[in-house]
Amino acid sequence: MTEIQRHRFDVVVIGAGGAGLRAAIEARLQGKRTAIVCKSLFGKAHTVMAEGGAAAAMGNVNSKDNWQVHFRDTMRGGKFMNHWRMAELHAKEAPDRVWELETYGALFDRTKDGKISQRNFGGHEYPRLAHVGDRTGLEMIRTLQQKIVSLQQEDQREHGDAEALVKVFAETTITALLKDDATGGSGRISGAVGYTRENGTFVVFEAPAVVLATGGIGKSFKVTSNSWEYTGDGHALAMKAGATLLNMEFVQFHPTGMVWPPSVKGILVTESVRGDGGVLKNSEGKRFMFEYVPAVFRKQYAETEQEADAWYDDQANNRRPPELLPRDEVARAINSEVKAGRGSPAGGVFLDIASRLPAEAIRKKLPSMYHQFKELADVDITAEPMEVGPTCHYVMGGVEVDPDTAAATVPGLFAAGECSGGMHGSNRLGGNSLSDLLVFGRRAGLSAAEYVDALGSARPTVTDADVEDARTQAEAPFAGTGGENPYAIHADLQQMMHDLVGIIRTKDEVERALAGLEELKARAAKISVPGDKVFNPGWHLSLDLPNMLIVSECIARSALIREESRGGHTRDDYPTMSPEWRKVNLVCRPDGAGVEVTQQPLPVMPPELLSLFDREELSKYMTDDELAILPEEKA
Amino acid sequence: MSYNARFRVWRGDDTDGELEDFSVEVKEGEVILDIIHRLQATQTPDLAVRWNCKAGKCGSCSAEVNGRPRLMCMTRMSTYTEDEVITVTPLRAFPVIKDLVTDVSFNYQKAREVPAFAPPAELAPGEYRMQQIDVERSQEFRKCIECFLCQDTCHVVRDHEENKESFAGPRFFIRLAELDMHPLDTKDRKREAQATHGLGMCNITKCCTEVCPEHIKITDNAIIPMKERVVDTQYDPLVWLGSKIPRRSAMAASKSLAAGDTETAEARARERLRDKPSDAAALRTLAEALRAQGRFGDASKVTRTQLEHAGRGRVARMEAASAHAWTLLCAVEDGEVELEKAEDEIATTLQLAQRLASTGTVLAGTHALHNLMHGRLAEAVEHAREAIIWDRDRSTRADDLVTLAEALAGLGESDESASAMSEALQLWPDNPRLTGVRANLEDMNVPTA
Ligand SMILES: Cc1cc2nc3c(=O)[nH]c(=O)nc-3n(C[C@H](O)[C@H](O)[C@H](O)COP(=O)(O)OP(=O)(O)OC[C@H]3O[C@@H](n4cnc5c(N)ncnc54)[C@H](O)[C@@H]3O)c2cc1C
Ligand code: SF4
Ligand code: SF4
Ligand code: FES
Repeated sequence: MTEIQRHRFDVVVIGAGGAGLRAAIEARLQGKRTAIVCKSLFGKAHTVMAEGGAAAAMGNVNSKDNWQVHFRDTMRGGKFMNHWRMAELHAKEAPDRVWELETYGALFDRTKDGKISQRNFGGHEYPRLAHVGDRTGLEMIRTLQQKIVSLQQEDQREHGDAEALVKVFAETTITALLKDDATGGSGRISGAVGYTRENGTFVVFEAPAVVLATGGIGKSFKVTSNSWEYTGDGHALAMKAGATLLNMEFVQFHPTGMVWPPSVKGILVTESVRGDGGVLKNSEGKRFMFEYVPAVFRKQYAETEQEADAWYDDQANNRRPPELLPRDEVARAINSEVKAGRGSPAGGVFLDIASRLPAEAIRKKLPSMYHQFKELADVDITAEPMEVGPTCHYVMGGVEVDPDTAAATVPGLFAAGECSGGMHGSNRLGGNSLSDLLVFGRRAGLSAAEYVDALGSARPTVTDADVEDARTQAEAPFAGTGGENPYAIHADLQQMMHDLVGIIRTKDEVERALAGLEELKARAAKISVPGDKVFNPGWHLSLDLPNMLIVSECIARSALIREESRGGHTRDDYPTMSPEWRKVNLVCRPDGAGVEVTQQPLPVMPPELLSLFDREELSKYMTDDELAILPEEKA
Repeated sequence: MSYNARFRVWRGDDTDGELEDFSVEVKEGEVILDIIHRLQATQTPDLAVRWNCKAGKCGSCSAEVNGRPRLMCMTRMSTYTEDEVITVTPLRAFPVIKDLVTDVSFNYQKAREVPAFAPPAELAPGEYRMQQIDVERSQEFRKCIECFLCQDTCHVVRDHEENKESFAGPRFFIRLAELDMHPLDTKDRKREAQATHGLGMCNITKCCTEVCPEHIKITDNAIIPMKERVVDTQYDPLVWLGSKIPRRSAMAASKSLAAGDTETAEARARERLRDKPSDAAALRTLAEALRAQGRFGDASKVTRTQLEHAGRGRVARMEAASAHAWTLLCAVEDGEVELEKAEDEIATTLQLAQRLASTGTVLAGTHALHNLMHGRLAEAVEHAREAIIWDRDRSTRADDLVTLAEALAGLGESDESASAMSEALQLWPDNPRLTGVRANLEDMNVPTA
């Protein structure tokens, strides 16, 4: 039998992005022995790629900003499908979480009076994103990483062992969560099993609390801004452990990904380009976004180029440029322009900052975009426009959690960050993810610690049989030879999801995708990989594939059921929003080898929060019955 | 628009392996990492490589392409010609785990040795006030994506495992500088850099700055200002040596060598070797001291021992083999050893080195001298020229220029020979090879003053 390493912890955090690291810091601050497990090296998680900033209503640039305004923007961006309580906690706590980063050593860009500077972003009424040039995610991950290191230095001084309380297991992939059913328990989490990339050794973590912070699912799609890590592992692990996923049909396609050269297609072009003045044009040189302002947003967006341009300098007296509409709107608009034959040579549209800002200012404000285009596409963005098009970017759907505690429906399981659901409704605003990671990462770490305290000594145990099961499953791809090639299956999955469950969906296409998924599942069962377990990417991919397949099935099944268009879900055959469907959450759980989707009511927003909006706006989203609880004078 | 490229990729681990040849399709606009991925998908599913963002933001995909430390995701195929063989090898300064993946834990260890940011205790969150102009200096260093290319390229640790303990490397010099320049940090980072992190061992070659994909001016903006400040505080850098007693004579030997005192260096190194006859650092210093004295025959005995004790690590063995071949050739050139007697050993050693080397270019200078000794003058010129293109430090370049000058003189190109020689003299006037070479050249009417 292969050697198995065993570890005992109070809390195991799966994921070392913003959410995972913040959760681990909190668990450690509560005195818990905490493991951080991640697929890549420490400090390389996806959060490192975030560019634009972290949204927090600190009011440093416009003192009119406050949590209520942020809450309103978030709900509008999500088309009122957000869990109101998550949006509320997020808006209230984000400023404290950002300030806290400064005490860990973060160096954000500053305002003239020395405070944290804030920038404009799509869907945010005031300048709100704390940022460092266009590398905010790097700043965030490095800051949190260095905070972990500083806690380890404290532990070194106090306990003579840097890893006494927090230990990082880098390049270690969790393949299964364990529960105590076998030992007569009540189905609580008892630990997790995984393997290390370096040598293929299996690792068992015995722990009563597990925090999922595994990020997103973009690698199921062909054109994506996401890295190889985004295979939906946390989503799949949660489901397999009996937890539920919420609203998986909502997938965000970011409007501006690179489209040329082919090998970089999908790499993100930050929204800050538009926040700082960049405009979208079609092949006729027209600023087409003015044609695409939907009725619900008409009031807040400029109608002429003149007004839109004036807004950058005087936001009090002008409305916002339509380039800064929420992402789903802009992505669909670009899609329509290209379909209508007004696209750029490589099949996107033009994003022009060169004619809008002096070259020096562009290099200063958008250094990594400048660099990225120069080095990867040979394009000088200070002299010519970029070509951009939609790219799969973020999943709003995720593990169903309790807003205050981040607890999933399985005792001992918590989830935070992109892999959790509810916070962003049907569409996430830019900048709301980085703040989400901090707010709910901290809450997840805290609740996990409290949960462990409440257990006392009555901890669930791990059985050898469970571990053996997980190991056998993980080693299956080595069993035969001449089977399916995991890279080929992955490529086929990505192409199919892109073609049939992408940015615009129809019943017929989604049904074809579901049939296609069955075929892919059958092929995936016959994978064989050569080589051994030492750093073997073919093997790694064949273990990630089942996760991508189950997540893809969740997306497709939910997309088939939701017969309306809202945020990150557009049905060509049901092109409008439906107030009836707004009241419905779609919930996925495993069903044999497949997925079952049920309907569940969306939690109702309490009147004091409802009253932050005017009735006219709400009436565009809600049924008359729902509006009845509003006090009459607001009408 | 596509074509087939020839790739040579290191397959194996730290103890064994080889460069494997591939022919692989390349499409428009692709980068090295795309090609590695295509190899995985179509030819070698288990080829190990690290990557994440594929956009130069995470610093995962570091490797050496034709011997140069680079990010594979930011190295475009169009920078190479279609008929060029592209050699991809793992970072040389770190142990190989598998194929292109190295064990970079050294860096995480060093990160833990830098004391954390220490803000004033009385400042509450939200009360921090700093001016943009003051944070910008540290922000430059916080652009670091931890690709560790600078760590890989820095000669202090690149081929000197023994320095790793006391030297944090350029990545962590900028971390220290960042904290030092942070408007609200309250700790004294200046002494720390010198006392515990080996700043004094950096001799400002700027190689780290050259490879940094984030264009951080590591030397000019971090290292030099820190060094200046350290001098200001009048700290004695030798004190810390006291805590490194077991290494002391080896250290002292290499210090004497650096100071040009080759006899003391020789004595110290021999002293160290009495305690530990296989000490790699002492052997290397001794060989160098002997070469510096022009005693190439004696030096070749030392390099032979060095090779015998080099173990199975790829880099260490490659280094030892190439040093031994080079030293033997110098002894031949100097007339201390006969070519016929040494030829078998030279040939096998050189072959071994070539098999382990990441690129042909690393050994071009040695091949040049080998050809020269056999009188194959045209080949010698060709290899020497290739070597010079790639040479990084002064003395290697000077040596290759000397070989070039001799070969050219033999071919009757006395003008070109003279100009190569004068550059060689400028770079390294005390090159011990010159005694013999001067006489040769003067015989052929090439001025060597
Ligand atoms: C290019 C780009 C730019 C963006 N810009 C912004 C922005 O400006 N503002 C903003 O708010 N948001 C932005 N986002 C979104 C935001 O960056 C992400 O949503 C967020 O970083 C996700 O963080 P996380 O902590 O949930 O997960 P991640 O940072 O993705 O971390 C996931 C972690 O889980 C680990 N993991 C996954 N599966 C396993 C497993 N099976 N076993 C062990 N470990 C596992 C991974 O190794 C990784 O450490 C951007 C996203 C992209 C792609
Ligand atoms: S400048 Fe110093 S740190 Fe940088 S490579 Fe040279 S010796 Fe190393
Ligand atoms: S300083 Fe530059 S070369 Fe060194 S690790 Fe950081 S980014 Fe890489
Ligand atoms: S893959 Fe991230 S830097 Fe190359």
